[in-house]
Amino acid sequence: MQAPSQPRMPHLLWLLFALSCTFGLHAFNLHYWISIAFAGLAIWRYLIEKYQWPYPPLWLRLPMTILGGVAVLGTYGSLFGRDASVALFAVMIALKLLETRNARDYIVMIMLGYFLTINTLLFSQAMWVSFAILLPIMALTACLIAVSHPNATLPWATQAKLSGKLLLQSVPIMLVLFVLFPRIPGPIWGIPHDAYKGMTGLSDSMEFGTISDLSLSSKIAFRAEFQSAIPDNSALYWRGPVLWHQEGRRWRMTSDTLPLKQESLEVFGSRVDYTITLEPHNKNWLLLLDMPIALPADAYAKHDLQILTKQPVRTRIRYAGQAHPQYKLGQTLGERERTLALQLLEDENPKTLQLAAQWRKDLAAPLDIVNAALRMFREQEFIYTLAPPRLGENPVDDFLFNIRRGFCEHYASSFVYLMRAAGVPARIVTGYQGGEINPNGNYLIVRQSDAHAWAEVWLKDKGWVRVDPTSAVAPNRIEYGISNSVSDANLLPILARQDYPILKKLYLNWDAINNGWNQWVLGYDEQKQLQLLKKLLGEKIAWGDIGLLLMSVLIGLMLVISYLLLRNKTIILDPLRKTYQQFLSKLGKIGLVKANHEGAIEFGERAAQRLPEQVSEIEAISRLYSDLQYASLDKTDNRHQTALQLLKQLVKNFKIN
Amino acid sequence: MQNKINTIIAKTSKIILGKEQQIKLALACILARGHLLIEDLPGMGKTTLAHTLAQVLGLQFQRVQFTSDLLPADILGVSVYDRNEAAFKFHPGPVFTNVLLADEINRATPKTQSALLEVMEEAQVTIDAVTHLLPQPFFVIATQNPSSQIGTFALPESQLDRFLMRITLDYPDAQSERRLLQSNGGREQLAHLSPAITSNELLELQLACQQIHVSDALLDYLQAILKYSREATQFTSGLSPRAGLSLKQCAQAWAMIHGRDHVIPEDIQAILSSVVGHRLLNSSHLENSTETVAALIRAVAIP
Repeated sequence: MQAPSQPRMPHLLWLLFALSCTFGLHAFNLHYWISIAFAGLAIWRYLIEKYQWPYPPLWLRLPMTILGGVAVLGTYGSLFGRDASVALFAVMIALKLLETRNARDYIVMIMLGYFLTINTLLFSQAMWVSFAILLPIMALTACLIAVSHPNATLPWATQAKLSGKLLLQSVPIMLVLFVLFPRIPGPIWGIPHDAYKGMTGLSDSMEFGTISDLSLSSKIAFRAEFQSAIPDNSALYWRGPVLWHQEGRRWRMTSDTLPLKQESLEVFGSRVDYTITLEPHNKNWLLLLDMPIALPADAYAKHDLQILTKQPVRTRIRYAGQAHPQYKLGQTLGERERTLALQLLEDENPKTLQLAAQWRKDLAAPLDIVNAALRMFREQEFIYTLAPPRLGENPVDDFLFNIRRGFCEHYASSFVYLMRAAGVPARIVTGYQGGEINPNGNYLIVRQSDAHAWAEVWLKDKGWVRVDPTSAVAPNRIEYGISNSVSDANLLPILARQDYPILKKLYLNWDAINNGWNQWVLGYDEQKQLQLLKKLLGEKIAWGDIGLLLMSVLIGLMLVISYLLLRNKTIILDPLRKTYQQFLSKLGKIGLVKANHEGAIEFGERAAQRLPEQVSEIEAISRLYSDLQYASLDKTDNRHQTALQLLKQLVKNFKIN
Repeated sequence: MQNKINTIIAKTSKIILGKEQQIKLALACILARGHLLIEDLPGMGKTTLAHTLAQVLGLQFQRVQFTSDLLPADILGVSVYDRNEAAFKFHPGPVFTNVLLADEINRATPKTQSALLEVMEEAQVTIDAVTHLLPQPFFVIATQNPSSQIGTFALPESQLDRFLMRITLDYPDAQSERRLLQSNGGREQLAHLSPAITSNELLELQLACQQIHVSDALLDYLQAILKYSREATQFTSGLSPRAGLSLKQCAQAWAMIHGRDHVIPEDIQAILSSVVGHRLLNSSHLENSTETVAALIRAVAIP
């Protein structure tokens, strides 16, 4: 191996290109000043190379390094945690450019560059990111090739090609490792908590505006695959947090510490089986279709059939659900529960309270009160809108009697407020409603824009009955989804709208691919792995065998690759060389070894000096070999064959005395 | 034919004492139709060698002492207006000869040097749009002082490449030096030296040299050397295809001088230093060319 030569401009350009790609990918993850700092330092380094400027001296580099650290500290408030650490790392790499001169520095930079590139996966593991990092990785590999190659003047296209070839050659090994590397249940290492900020989803409380804000996001909440036909949109109520406590404008879940009785559940009719792939939302509840009869592993149900997990959902998870659209929930209502379901702050919204009191007096039956409220929503001028105006001092009064424009949380909370005021136990359920069917793959995409809130009222003999006041105002919301129902659909994210059919179609195709990626690449866990191996190798395989399998497959693969590499280099000794080789090995026994660069005649002379008694034999053999190898006699010539026979004879008879 | 070659070497060796290897190299260079550069300190017998070779080979000989005020016309010749014929008449310069000894070529200015090097490449002189062919055979033996000497214009790398070989003479061994000191120097004998061959015979030898067989196995070795020189880092640039061709031709001549009808790897090794020493630039500039070439030989295995 030749020592690498001093890196020059082509090497620097590779390095800068690779790092620019990496920083480009990180541009979304890191504070923008870091990208700017990198760009500045990269240009500086380029100018140093181009105009042979001096490298910045230590007294300049040292304060810059400290400044970089302080700036990261100032920006992120810490040097630890995912964002700050990666930012610090990135800043230091950018600064390191200023002292990257010789081949060793380059190699260090390339390794750091690989690491920084891999770090992008801490922020996003989307398919496009996984493929995008191939570009910087290829460029870094090309740079490594350029720096390490003894001939530094290879054209860049050759370096790029070589690098691509290397990466392609690593694909089989990557696949084997991916499929067979033993998956460990749960994450191997923890990711700092700041990694989960910015995840969107339902909250554990609800105020006016929280859901309509959420509805502006086209982010995917979860995807659902149905084992049977997908039920009607109007049956797709995905149950999330159930809210009981009213505190002014805010509604909250019940506390875990309250000893509330588990509500009974009776189910009828057909069962719907489905599987959900839930995007991480950093809250510890799962979403399930009303009403769930079985719980996913590691989940438990609250008394009101809200399904919770012990840990917040921070990675994409997949679970199976079973639901019965027809059910009877909560046959009886305990005293404590009734109190909770009627709780109200009574010193506000006088008009509403007055209306409820009126109803209570006129219509004794709770069902009639429910219907009266729904009729009010349906028959009076209520508008379903994504952009409701702010509500005043007595928000429910303001909404019901003045503004009358609102989103689902307005309707749900005013309805529940009315019911409670009229003495009907009621609660709010938040979650998602509906979803979009992706025909490519036949699954349902549920976005944040499908977030919804509805009500449940408790009626004697019927238990908790779902009442969706939004459907009274905008029946289409429940039948056909949000894009067909709001009065101002252009506020919705483009992907939740109906008016770009081609874009929509493209998107659905893309989402089907992404879904496959999530299921099969990111979601490839220990269960899937075992499942796959069992399918391939029979039922007997156990988790413990996977390591062994991995090793043997890797060794097999290496053997195949080595064979392919060495196949072309099999030493084919022609009879002439073979004969001469025999002569050489005879001399080798007494320590006379021909150097690789030594010609036959030259070596013959040296050997003759060592063995003066056998000069004639050694000379004859050497000369004959040299003649046969280099003289003009054609190999197919008979005389050549005769001479070769002679040489064989001579070598055979040659013995060291 | 072999006798003639032996005679040439024997006769030359009588004048240039104890330098048989260098004489053979110089002869190989001439047989391979190349120009020769002799580089050494003053007084080592450079001029004598050139002169002797010309004499022995029965060639017309011209010598030009290069100085810093030498002009191209001083070598090539000049057109002068002839009043009688009312026309320009070309007066050929010293270059119109068989052997041109360009003594101390690095003392002339680059302009003059390049005029000579052009002639070397093309074997013709073009003045006032008239092309004058040089006699055949034609070759240049240039001598040069090592460029570290004061008052010289070192030949640029591109022009060094025009010389097929560069050899050095070095100090004579004690025995040869004693004989040299006992005589009055070679110059006197030189005047009485009779040619060993005629110039036509030299042309025949040059033709025969091209017929020396080069086997595939040898070309493998030659290409291995070229490849190594291009990939190894100790050279700033590898050997050019022209250098490869030169190696082959010189090895053929070397084989011929040694009475073989085919080239063997030892031939390549013997002439390698002289042929590539001035073409390979050592990137570290620390080792001299002989050591560099020796390392090159050691590094390349004979296939």
